Formats: sequence, C-alpha cells, structure tokens
Amino acid sequence: MHLSSEPVALQLHRVTRRYGKTVAVNNISLEVAQGEILVIVGPSGCGKTTLLRLVAGLDVQDEGSIRIQNRVVSGDGVFVPPEKRRVGLVFQDHALFPHMTIARNVAFGLHRLHKAEIKQRVYEMLDMVQLAHMANRYPHELSGGERQRVALARALAPKPDILLLDEPFSSLDAGLRMAMREHIQRLLKGINVTTFFVTHDQEEALLLGDRVAVMNRGQIEQVGTPEQVFHQPATYFVAEFFGYTAFISGHVTSAGLETELGFLPQRLSLSSGSEVNILVRPDDLTVYPDENGTAYIARVGFQGMHCMYQVALPSGRTIYSLMPHTYVYAPGTRVRVELRPGHDLVCFTNERAISTGVSQVTDHHFAH
Amino acid sequence: MLIGRKQLAKSWSFPSIDRWSIIALLIAGLALLPIAIILRMLLLPAPDVWQHLWATRLGEFLTNTVILLVGVGTGTVLLGTGLAWLVTAYRFPGQRLFDWALMLPMAVPSYVLAFVFMATFDYTGPVQKALRDWFGSSVWFPSIRSGGGAVFVMSLTLYPYVYLLTRAAFHEHALGTFEVARTLGATRLQAFFRVVLPMARPSLVAGLSLVLMEALTDVGTVRFLNFPTLSDGIFRIWHGMMDRDAALQSAAVLLLFAFAALLLERLTRGRARYVQEGSRGHGLVQVPLTGWRGLMATLLCFFVLATAFLLPISQLILWSVYELQQRMPEDLLAVYWRHARATLMLAGIGAAISVLAAVLLAYGVHLSRSPITRLAARGAMLGYAIPGAVIGLGVLIPLAWLDHTLNDLTYQWWGVLPGLIFTGSITGLIYAYVVRFMAVAYSSVEASLEKVSPSIEAAARTLGASPVRVLFHIHLPLIRAGMLTGAVLVFVDVMKELPITLLLRPFGYDTLALWVWQNVAESLWGEAAIPALTIVVADLLVVGMIIRSATLQRRAPMEREELARGDV
Repeated sequence: MHLSSEPVALQLHRVTRRYGKTVAVNNISLEVAQGEILVIVGPSGCGKTTLLRLVAGLDVQDEGSIRIQNRVVSGDGVFVPPEKRRVGLVFQDHALFPHMTIARNVAFGLHRLHKAEIKQRVYEMLDMVQLAHMANRYPHELSGGERQRVALARALAPKPDILLLDEPFSSLDAGLRMAMREHIQRLLKGINVTTFFVTHDQEEALLLGDRVAVMNRGQIEQVGTPEQVFHQPATYFVAEFFGYTAFISGHVTSAGLETELGFLPQRLSLSSGSEVNILVRPDDLTVYPDENGTAYIARVGFQGMHCMYQVALPSGRTIYSLMPHTYVYAPGTRVRVELRPGHDLVCFTNERAISTGVSQVTDHHFAH
Repeated sequence: MLIGRKQLAKSWSFPSIDRWSIIALLIAGLALLPIAIILRMLLLPAPDVWQHLWATRLGEFLTNTVILLVGVGTGTVLLGTGLAWLVTAYRFPGQRLFDWALMLPMAVPSYVLAFVFMATFDYTGPVQKALRDWFGSSVWFPSIRSGGGAVFVMSLTLYPYVYLLTRAAFHEHALGTFEVARTLGATRLQAFFRVVLPMARPSLVAGLSLVLMEALTDVGTVRFLNFPTLSDGIFRIWHGMMDRDAALQSAAVLLLFAFAALLLERLTRGRARYVQEGSRGHGLVQVPLTGWRGLMATLLCFFVLATAFLLPISQLILWSVYELQQRMPEDLLAVYWRHARATLMLAGIGAAISVLAAVLLAYGVHLSRSPITRLAARGAMLGYAIPGAVIGLGVLIPLAWLDHTLNDLTYQWWGVLPGLIFTGSITGLIYAYVVRFMAVAYSSVEASLEKVSPSIEAAARTLGASPVRVLFHIHLPLIRAGMLTGAVLVFVDVMKELPITLLLRPFGYDTLALWVWQNVAESLWGEAAIPALTIVVADLLVVGMIIRSATLQRRAPMEREELARGDV
C-alpha cells in the first residue's frame, strides 16, 4: 500500500497500544513512501495522535514494530529514544522554547554541528519560511502563523528522515489556516520530505494528503488517495466522515437497483432480491418543486454560493441536495427528487462497501 | 510523558515503581518520619504521664488552644472577608491603595506585633502611663497580656491569609454572578450573602485553615502575652519540667489539632482551586461611598493598617535608631552580625535543600509514569501543616537515638566517643526546617513546571536532546523563576521561625528570631527591635511578591507574556 516507485521510509507493522482496557491503536500496519505526505485523519479520540507519538518514540507500543528507513526503531526488543530517531515534530501549540530566540530555537537540534554550519543552516531554514528578519525575536513576540513557521523550520533543520505534524493548523484562525496549508504543502513538496500528518479536519486531509488514512477507534478504516477515500469509501464510517452523506435502500434485480428514487442501471455481484444501502451525496441529486411531489424540504442551509437542502423522503429517510443559490425553496415545499449521479454509486451491506465494477480500494496499488 | 527506558513497556494492572518514585518515596519517608514518631505516642499507653499532665497544666493549655483557635478564626474571617468585600465592591477615598496595602500586615510576625503591643499598651507602657497621668491611677485599660490580647494580635497579623484568598475569589468568579443575582431581584446585601459569599466559601475556608495552622504553631505570641497554648506548653514542659514523655504526649495532642486543621483544608481545597481558576468575570461596578460612609470605610481600613503595620514598623524603627544612638555601634553590630550570619547560613542551607527536594519531587511527578510518585510527593508536603514544636520533637527523638547508638557502637568497637554528631550539629535543625517548609518551595517549583507544556519537552527530545539536556537547557531555565521564588519563601520562613529553632539549635546558632525571643524575655525592647526589623524587612520582600501576583491577576495578558519568557 505505498507508492510503488519510491522506497519505504516508514513502516508500521501490526502496531497495538493499549491504555488499561482501552485499545488506542489496534493492530495497525502502514507504509509511507519516501517523499510522500500521508495524512491520518479521524475524529478526536480515534488514536491518531497516539500513533504519531509511537512513531516519534514518545510512547511505546505494546505489540508490533516500527521501522524508519528500514531500521527497527521500536519493537522486537529494540527501543530507539526520540532523540536518536531522526524525526521532526511540529505540534498544534508549536511548543517553541519560550526562553530562546527564534534563531536559537531553530539551532536547538543542530548542536552537533560546527558553529559556522549551525549559523548557515539556521538562516537557510529561516529564509525558507521567510522569517530571517525575526531571528533575534522571542516566540511571544510572533504571531500564530509565524510561530507555526518557526516550529516547522526548527523541526526540519536537522534534516529528519520523517516529519511528524500533529494538528499543526488547528490553533490558527480560518483565514490564516488556508494560507498556511498552501504555503506548507508547497514547501514540503519542494524539499521532498516524508511527512506523517495527523488531523481531524477532513477538508485538510483531502487537500494536503498524497494519501489519506481514515482512522476510527484505533483502527484504519481505509487508506487511499483523497479521491478514493471520498468517492469510493470502503465503510459507512469513511463515507459519513467526509460529510453530508445519506443512504437510501436498494433492491437488487438482474437489471440493476430499485430504489425509492427510481431505478439505477447499476449491476452488482449480488443475487437478485438482496437488499443494499446506497450512498448518496448532495451532488448526486437534483430537487424540483412539485406540488404532487412525495418529498418535502425539511431544512435549508444557506452556504453563500450554494444552498444545502435537507430533504425528507416518504420512507422517513433524509437526503441532502446541494443546489446553486439561484433557487431558494422554503422549508415545507413539496419536491420531486431526481437521482442522476452520472457514475456508479457505492453500495453497502453490513456497513462495508461492495465492489461495483471498480475493485475494492484497499487491495490496490496506486501510482500517484 | 517520555520514556527513558530501553525495553518495551508492557501493560500493567498495578502501579509500577520507577527511579522517580523511589526518590519520591525516600523524600516522603524522611519528611513523614518525625510526624510518625509523634503520632506513635498516641498508641503508647502512658497513664501516669497523663495523670500527671492533667494534674498540672494540660487542661489550661487545651482550653487556651481552643479559645485561641476560635477567637483568631472568627477574627480573621470577619476582618479578612469584610475588608476584601469592602475594597472590591465599594469605592471610597484610598480604596485603591488599601486594596493592596491591606496585605502588608502579613510581613509582621505575630510575635513581633505582640511585643510591640506589650511595650506600648502594657501597664508600664506609654499609653497606660499617659492615661494615668490624665485620669488618675484608677483608670481601667484592657490587659494586652491575656487571651483577648493574643486573639487581637494574631487576628491582626493573620487576617491577610483570608483577605488574600477571598479577595481573589471575589475578583475572579463571584462578580459576574453577583450581577446576575442583582438582575434576579436581590439587593446588594442579599446578593453578597446568598451568592458571592457561598461561592467564595472554599477560598475562605482554605484561608482559615492556614490561619489555624499558624495559630497552632505559634509559641512567641502566646509566650509573650502569657496565654500558654499547647505549643507553648510543650516548651514549658520540655524546658521547665524536663519531662520528655509529657512533652511528647502533649505534642501528640497538638498533632491531632493540626490534623483537624489539615482536614478542613483538604475538604475544601479542590473546590477552592476550582473557584480560583474559573473564568474571570469582568469587574464589578463599584458603589461609591460618599460622605460619612466613605469616611468610615477609609477610617476602618486605615485603623487596621495602622495598628497591624504602621504602628509596629514605626515603633521598631524608633527603637532601632534609639538603640544605635545609645550603644556603641561596633559592639552592637558584632552581636548583630553573629546572629545574622547564623540566620543566613541556616536559612540559606534550608532554602537550598528544600528547593532541591522540591525540584526532585516536582520533576519526578512530571516524568514518572507511576502514580506512587504523585502520592509520595503529596505525603512529603504534609509538614507545612504540622506545628514546629511537633516536628522539632519528632526530629530530636530519632537523632538522639542515632547519636546514642553511634556512640555505643564506636565505644564498643574502638573505644571512641565521637560525641553528639546529629543533635549537636545543625543537621537536625536543617532537617526539621526542610520538613516544615519544603511544601512552600514545591508549590512554586511545581507551578512553574506546570506551565511548561509537555509538547515542549517532546519537541526537544525529537530534536535530538537527551533527557539530561532537556533538564538543563529547557526545564531548569524555564523553572528558574519558580525555584528562586521558592527559595526566597523558605528563606524568610526559616528566618522568622521560632519553635523548631528553640528546640534544635546547637550552641552558637542563635538566629535573629531567637535574639528577639531572648531580648523580649528580658524586656529589652530596643535590642529586640533591631532583629525584629530585619525580619520584617525580609518578610516585606515576600509580601511584595504576593501583592504583585495578586494585583497582576487583573493584567493577565502581560503576565502571560512574562511567564512565557520565564522572567517573572
């Protein structure tokens, strides 16, 4: 499950970490290729930060092993302490050393080099994040975004094998967050550093990741490109995690699927008569006002450029529909719903996706 | 929390022991030993000792202790809470000044105020003399050398504990709810008694328990004012009757009182902290007090400040100047220097060891993954609640035993008597100081360590720093301010300490506080004034720090920045 063309930089093999009776990380295996940005995304408490701490050596797994650049750093009776792992770490709270200047913060990880080299490297890094003019300031004199960049420069200065980012943007306000994401993505791709990125923000995950791993309750539900995890979710959880997801039930026939929103000419490898749940996203549907319609608008969410309608179906299910803001229908309006996805929809039995012509995502190797 | 061990940790079901928990257990063991030794006395049956004690003065000591606790408790709660509400909720001439100045009386130890009052208000003092001159010899004046006098003096010096904590509670939490209560139809007075006061109660009780602990440990005030309580009684039995067993049994009884005060504190402590950490309401709109009401408020605050602080300070200065003019300064300075040197040395060593122990404990609690470390650290803090006389005796007993055993053994083996190595040196004294005051150092070290985010440590480790480098380059620089604060607090506490010093000082180690004690015993007010003034000035340094942090609360953003730079 990695970029086949590049060597593996980080490998987790059957890693498990328990705290008392809670299993924070449950038998996780993952590989990250050289230069790849892997985003671990999941709700708070899913174990993603524990996973990052295990990689950093700030915590020890109960079972399994972790390799960095093909060297076991944890597991099989070996434990390499964090200071010898060659990982860089950026925290949500930046964790700058408050009693040191920016330059000394960046120089902290370079103490084995000669003075001249340290100085050169520090200014190289500060130039990279465009903060060279701030070198002699103290962290409290900087803005949030500047602190973030210093933290990144500090983590990258010793040329780590792996860069670990723990929710690095969540302490920034919304506008700054967008700008920082772009800035940092460009920067990371420019120096081609292997990145292990942890976030709870699905938008951020889709935007930044070469691949995205969706985590839930200590387990990885799915790993894939942003497009794959969004369009071909392997589980209910992954489908719902990326938002505004609705399911309608479908009846399998030899010709396709019968649903309460009409017939879908989509064939499944299931026997006729089976029941499935079909994932319907807001862009798969169109609603038209119709006095004889059996559905009605339950709620309207005005989002600026679009309106998100919550539509109640006769079966009692609720679906979402995204429409341009030129149409504004009041709640209670009777509507007719047309399902015209333009592509196969993902069907689930027992909360897991069944293959629909495209083979299942998790079994696949993808060149990016 | 970081892992320093090479092996993989397995999940465990019982608390594990690591390096830090062993250090913490060791410190806790040493700190609890003296207390345990006195506690053990309660289990030893000693009917004849008790019979003798009852027959002599134990009843008086007990009664006086209860009177003192009830009196001082009531006095400090009324003064402390009343003044705190006055300066928080009302505006009157001088209110902004009194807001912080009312904490100043903390700097005057009770026994100093006691002897200043004695000299001023006693039968032979200037006040009564003047009254007799004006009104004739039959004029009545309340005797300062009485239970009432002791309660009065200690209420004046100890009310700032209650004032400080309730004031903080009023400032931080109660004000928003006060306004809500007003909008719900309560009058100012109703809102105060039904909303503000109940919310401040945990802080109030925490302050009260500190007051009670101080009242229990005091020997100077009650000795000077001739109102012997249990603490003083222990010294009378120990020094006067030379009755070791009776002194130990009395110490055990005193310990029970201390536990009661401690229990009071523990029961309310968690909630007190909750109140103080709660979100800060915006300031209360203060009601201006005009005309005679404003004047009354000003006069009341001024009266308290004048009697508890201005009077003793100016009296001490006057006496000191007079004394320096009267006596050969070289002669006096030589004696002064001798006491000051002993004080510096004892307080310096005491402070250094207390801070060292505090750093070990705080760092241990921070790093250790074992709950035992936290538990042990908590146990090691118990000494602050235990009266000095109890700790002093509790230290003396094992050290005397050690000396005896050592001498016996060396005599048997080599025929040599090394003498009193432990009881004859400052070992016991330092030991007891550390037991009593380590908690003071710990709380300031811990407070500054807590502000160091764990992610800072993790960041340093991943940047290639070993745990040792993290300690020296990250933690120690960041907690330096806390260590310094802790050291100053312990230093001043040792400086003004009486009971432990009285019990354990070896020959030639008379501190300034002890010099005050000896001079007062001989009614040498002038000579007592010079060391007393030194103590008050040093104490003012601490009170200055307390005032600064208490008033900083309203300038929070600035404080945060200073804290971030670690230069508070």
